[in-house]
Amino acid sequence: MAATNSRSCLQYLIHLAHDHLDFRLPEIKALLSLRGKPFTPSENFKEKCPFWCLEGLSEEDVCSVMARSVCAKSAFELWGHGQTHSELRTSLLNYPMENMTPFMRKDSTYRINVYTFNKTLEFADRIKRIDALDYLPFEGTVSLKSPQHVFCLLEDYGTDPNNIPEHPDYIYFGRWIADGQRELIRSHSVKNRHFIGNTSMEAGLSFIMTNHAKVKENDLVFDPFVGTGSLLVACSQFGAYVCGTDIDYNTIHGKGRSSRKNQKWRGVDENIRANLRQYGTEKMYLDVMVSDASKPVWRRTAVFDAIITDPPYGIRESTRRTGSNKDMTKPCDGDYAESHVPVSQEYHLSDIFSDLLNFSAHHLVMGGRLVYWLPVYRPEYCEEMVPLHPCLRLISNCEQTLSSHTSRRLITMEKVKEPELPNSRILDPMPACTGQKIWKQLG
Amino acid sequence: MKLLTHNMLTSHVKGVIKGYPLLIKATEVKVNEVEFNPQFVSRMIPKLEWSALVQAAEELGQRQDLPSDLVPDYETNEEFLKKVHRVLLEVEVVEGCLQCPESGREFPISRGIPNMLLNEDEV
Repeated sequence: MAATNSRSCLQYLIHLAHDHLDFRLPEIKALLSLRGKPFTPSENFKEKCPFWCLEGLSEEDVCSVMARSVCAKSAFELWGHGQTHSELRTSLLNYPMENMTPFMRKDSTYRINVYTFNKTLEFADRIKRIDALDYLPFEGTVSLKSPQHVFCLLEDYGTDPNNIPEHPDYIYFGRWIADGQRELIRSHSVKNRHFIGNTSMEAGLSFIMTNHAKVKENDLVFDPFVGTGSLLVACSQFGAYVCGTDIDYNTIHGKGRSSRKNQKWRGVDENIRANLRQYGTEKMYLDVMVSDASKPVWRRTAVFDAIITDPPYGIRESTRRTGSNKDMTKPCDGDYAESHVPVSQEYHLSDIFSDLLNFSAHHLVMGGRLVYWLPVYRPEYCEEMVPLHPCLRLISNCEQTLSSHTSRRLITMEKVKEPELPNSRILDPMPACTGQKIWKQLG
Repeated sequence: MKLLTHNMLTSHVKGVIKGYPLLIKATEVKVNEVEFNPQFVSRMIPKLEWSALVQAAEELGQRQDLPSDLVPDYETNEEFLKKVHRVLLEVEVVEGCLQCPESGREFPISRGIPNMLLNEDEV
């Protein structure tokens, strides 16, 4: 078989972090979609498992995904796999030699890592496993410090920490290609950020949202409930130019009471622009404005590549709009969790989302995405509660549990159709409709 | 406030039909150096209302030799893109206001941040 043919049938193994399980598949799919590639898992694909085998990809595709993913830890070119070490050996001996030899040359250096999921292995056992791979035609020299090629033996001991089997459920062996971006979770941690608020989005989820939205370099991204700009920080990190609005003057100007434990008032360097400066992305900062999201200030033909936002839930920050008496004061967390959501609050909240979807239908480019959090009262949740819009297609709906009664769902929608023009005022957006049922009838 | 943003803003005062573009009355303007990214500028040009951009740059005394019409084949014209880059991203209104061309209503800009909130009776 010619070398090029065999390389195009390569499988890649993605090792994912065992965290935010629901959010992983939409993230990887979105990142593959940025490469124009579909998500094609091998047979026996298990979404909740930390190891995924993918087909139909090039090494560049995999590197691109890993350059963005915060859900994936590492990616490998898969050389062999099996349920036992004996099966692994058979599988490895069947792997085309011409795919191995470029990485096994005499003048090269390498090391083999052993990784066990859900089990701790003694050092001696690791060495035994490495030694047991001596049937592989390694010709180079081992270098632990800076090898040219890194290989990994990965063992999956299941997902039950209370029931760890003696032998692994599954074993993989592959050549390391790239690591994911989980380091961003630490480097961009809200703990060390200059300007934060009560509702600043944690770094990991901010980057996941950016990926769900398929944000790419030179995109124009907008957050209508920008708060302290956590989502803008994440988007700017991946090359997008960012802007946002918020109804709260103090937050936008970085004034008022600090959200930090031992600090009373906000300092001079505490604003959204300063946050981008902290991470070296100030050049991606466009503008923030004080504005009411329910009364958009954009001309009809102004369009964004993505709209990414965390609207107020009425829990930690009150929901507000200008010209309305329906100001919600926030109940303390304990009350909200136990009591039924009051009717007036529900009405108020559904306005936010129908306005948001309507705004997105008008101000997204075709194919652009809206990504936002929807608060949920779990005992009464059903899929029909997710707002719909005839111009937007629902891509994913991922739950993050907050308490036994509450959660929030990360909703991703993609614009697939232009809204019909209103027959009168060209500079006004379409009037917002309220209520689920209207959307369903139109759709 | 940068002129890229200004180009996309419109007055939303109740009853106003022609609220675009907002007039700029600046008392403090700054010109910062921002890294030139030709791909981004090229991508933004089709989104712009060109005459509104020229008018805004003129209002701020920052037009320089920006042409009244879009240059054809601008994607490969680096000199032109640099001029556009400057007015879109480097010129900033720090203090001043935006004015609705029809109603005259003013929206203040302070510390570079426009305040677009309307009062209850204007909504």
